[in-house]
Amino acid sequence: MKYLEGRKYVIQAIFLAIGAVYLIKLFYIQVLDDSYKTAAESNALRRVVQYPFRGLIYDRHGKLLVENTPVYDLMVVPKEAKAIDTLKFCQLVGITLPEYREKITTAKQYSYVRPSPFLQRLTNVEFAAIQDNLVDFPGFYINARTVRGYPHKSLAHGLGYIGEISPRQLEDTAYHGYRQGDYLGISGLEREYEQYLMGKRGVKYTMVNVRGIEKGSFKNGAYDTLSEAGQNLITTIDLKLQEYAEKLMEGKTGSIVAIEPKTGEILSLVSAPYYDPSLLTGKELGNNYMQLLRDPVKPLFNRPLMATYPPGSIFKLAQALIALQEGTISADTGFPCNWSLVKCSHRHPYPANLGIAIEQSCNPYFYQVFRSVVNRGRSSNVYKDVKLGLDDWNQHIKTFGFATKLGIDLPNEKRGLMPNSQFYDKIYGSKGWKFPTIYSVSIGQGETGVTPLQMANFAAILANRGYYYTPHIVRSVGENGKPLPEYSVKRYTSVDPRHFPPVVEGMQRVVESGTARYASLNHIGVVICGKTGTVQNPHGKDHSVFIAFAPKDDPKIAIAVYVENAGSGAIAAAPMASLVVEKYLTDTIKTASRKRWEHDMMTGSFYKWGD
Amino acid sequence: MRTSYNISQNIDWVTIGLYALMVILGWMNIYAAVYNPENVTSIFDFSLNSGKQLAWIGTSGVIIIMLFAIDYKAYDSLAYGIYWFVILVLLGTLVLASPIKGSRSWLVITESVRLQPAEFAKFATALAVSKFMSSINLRQQNWKDQAKLAGLALLPPSIIILQNETGSALVFAAFTLAFFREGMSPLILIIGAVAVFVFVLTLLIPQWYLAGIVTLLMGGYLWMNFHRVKRYLPTFVGIWVAVLAMVFSVTYFIDNVLQEHQQNRIKVLVDPEIDPLGVGWNVTQSKIAIGSGGFFGKGFLEGTQTKFDFVPEQSTDFIFCTVGEEHGWIGSLIIIALFMALLTRIIFVAERQRSVFGRTYGYCVASIIFFHFLVNVGMTIGLAPVVGIPLPFFSYGGSSLWSFTILLFILLAIDAHRKLDLGR
Repeated sequence: MKYLEGRKYVIQAIFLAIGAVYLIKLFYIQVLDDSYKTAAESNALRRVVQYPFRGLIYDRHGKLLVENTPVYDLMVVPKEAKAIDTLKFCQLVGITLPEYREKITTAKQYSYVRPSPFLQRLTNVEFAAIQDNLVDFPGFYINARTVRGYPHKSLAHGLGYIGEISPRQLEDTAYHGYRQGDYLGISGLEREYEQYLMGKRGVKYTMVNVRGIEKGSFKNGAYDTLSEAGQNLITTIDLKLQEYAEKLMEGKTGSIVAIEPKTGEILSLVSAPYYDPSLLTGKELGNNYMQLLRDPVKPLFNRPLMATYPPGSIFKLAQALIALQEGTISADTGFPCNWSLVKCSHRHPYPANLGIAIEQSCNPYFYQVFRSVVNRGRSSNVYKDVKLGLDDWNQHIKTFGFATKLGIDLPNEKRGLMPNSQFYDKIYGSKGWKFPTIYSVSIGQGETGVTPLQMANFAAILANRGYYYTPHIVRSVGENGKPLPEYSVKRYTSVDPRHFPPVVEGMQRVVESGTARYASLNHIGVVICGKTGTVQNPHGKDHSVFIAFAPKDDPKIAIAVYVENAGSGAIAAAPMASLVVEKYLTDTIKTASRKRWEHDMMTGSFYKWGD
Repeated sequence: MRTSYNISQNIDWVTIGLYALMVILGWMNIYAAVYNPENVTSIFDFSLNSGKQLAWIGTSGVIIIMLFAIDYKAYDSLAYGIYWFVILVLLGTLVLASPIKGSRSWLVITESVRLQPAEFAKFATALAVSKFMSSINLRQQNWKDQAKLAGLALLPPSIIILQNETGSALVFAAFTLAFFREGMSPLILIIGAVAVFVFVLTLLIPQWYLAGIVTLLMGGYLWMNFHRVKRYLPTFVGIWVAVLAMVFSVTYFIDNVLQEHQQNRIKVLVDPEIDPLGVGWNVTQSKIAIGSGGFFGKGFLEGTQTKFDFVPEQSTDFIFCTVGEEHGWIGSLIIIALFMALLTRIIFVAERQRSVFGRTYGYCVASIIFFHFLVNVGMTIGLAPVVGIPLPFFSYGGSSLWSFTILLFILLAIDAHRKLDLGR
């Protein structure tokens, strides 16, 4: 019997061995392996980002352009929503039983225990009706969030829209701090001023149980941070004028840009065709965006900043200014209207001075003006001479903001094109071109590309007689803030201000007795200065262009209107510009004939008129 | 002589001290497991498990006094009576009980008081086999006696399996340790261990590979040592056939004999990553809770995993998670050390019994407590399949606490009178 006693040690050893094995395993998972701690945190700690109220956007008179509207989603947690009176519930929210089953199935496929949207974007009425009765239906609750709302349907391109951050942006270090599912500005002001509008996010740590139900704050909120609302933007836009200009452009393709010359503030910025900005909010954003993208008239294309056109005859003003600066002409220089150089648009008296030439928009005259700048005989080699002349000219023209990005506070601005010698060398070779090759630049055709914004800025330069402020659309970040500092710098062109008056005189004659008599504002006692342009277009009818400013002696508004395929500058762009100016200066359209014009412009009657 | 005998001097106060410590620690951990920071209730609140457990602890005290008051000889003489009575109750429960969670093992006394007779079958069977053991000599290869003993030990778990309480039934395997102490061939333990080993291997390695490996190993051994082993060739072949039979029957066993939830528990044991949100949930969450405790733990009532219901059954079967999370490795060490100390002490107490009955019963107690410890703690750290059996003295539950108290204190009652026993 005694030898069996030894077995107690065997049994004892088994016990202790298991105890030791368990302690080793426990040491491994509790002390050595950190992954369980992380897993526990992600289990029971929920990091809730506190989204700040995104900044609002106002027009220059304090009218709300972009707001945050609350929307209510009905959420469901399928696991908790089992024991409900389905029929009663369907009556409450107004769906049929099959719809209910379908939605529940979808929710279950997402997650059985996590909340997912059951009905999205309830109206206030629906919300009120459902909210009160929801206590009877466990597993359902209302989730409030905000989306961008637009009290007016204007300025879609300028305002832009917000959307979910893309996977590519998430990887980009420039978007540090954004997380999957965050919204951010994708275009327009929303994008340009994202850092001001977004505000500062807060983070709240809460403890949750296994069903994701909150169980109070973690360590009494020691790690929480508060959110700060985004800053509001006061834009330079005059909503009334914007709406009026948009109405004029309804059904047409083109741009209207109006600038306050004294400040560079943009009063209206119309890109037609336009769209309702509220299309690009909320859950239909994706669908609507694709629809707009596929639309052949390209409503998403922001023409004032992105479309580059030949400027046409308005460019003659710039040619005159550069020639005056270079001293190759004077205000009294006359050139014959020589049709063998270039065809003129119409028969007119001899352009004995610059004023008459501008009034009649004489093509041969400005052919000779441009040639006087480019071919100055500084080299005996004609090829070298034209290069020297063109590059000098190019230096001047860039100071007007052409072929450069002006630096407006909106994304995707295009540079445009003004040729220099390098440009033509690339096309024709170093000895392959001289003035006759490039003459069409003299009248704003050929190898030129100007955005409507640059045209409007040019009008502002003329209004100011030689300088401009960079056009911008935000006058104040925050309620009593300032525009960004780069917008209060006076920028002079390379043309001395003393050369501007003769050109401005010419512009006055254009409206009084020249090509744009329809644009006259005599009936309200305002002198308006302008210049028409009719841009030849290989794809169809001419583009109609007009730039103007008014009043002549104390300019309050400078404007560029570009209407594609509308015909001559006089029949569409000029009347439209003058209507916008009249509206801005007097807040109304006065005479019956002007009202008729307004009607014709809005309905686009000019499309039916002859070439 | 009887009258002058003072049992209090002979009561084993060390065991009682360990018992008291474990029960109190258990009670505090139950409170931590059900603690809700948003709605703080007292540890004494009777609506909580902790409050109820306190009631179970109090009644256990009464039971202890009763166990000491009963004539110690009654445990010996009434052993079979108690055994058959429990068998009857088990059968009655099987027939009468309405199923709770698929198991016909609960006797509903009132709405909140339910008893699980299977818990009490443990000490009854321990008494019966000890009594039987004291009347035979296990070593004497008496097949009839051995069969009777096996029958005594296997009858209760058979009924319990019918009640669908497989976990409780498995506990009866622990008796083999006690039998081993009393002379059962160690071969049975070794075969059992090998069987478990082969079983686990079968889960890890495709059966044809495993069969090939076994054949190669045994064939190789035979080749190298043919002259020395050829006498045992039939045994050798027998073992080979048995192992192969086992290898090929395991898959069949798992797929056709086990119920689905049992299959899953075994699959999860081998690969905890399969379906962490489904069948692997318990094990994954349990390990996360314990693993997040670190060295010193998060502190009493500070555990987030057990408190917020990530770990299921946290006050009953998964009570060890609360210990691991809130008290860290140090806490785990203390609990495991307490169990080791208790088991060692029980063996010590068992060995000092003069009667075979007392000693066998002592080993039965140690084996049962050990088996519970082995499986319960093992499952929370992923070393044992998820089997729903409680951690002795810690888990919430009246049946469990009562039955372990009775189990342990019958031993202490016998022990207190050991000097009156003349022995054999």
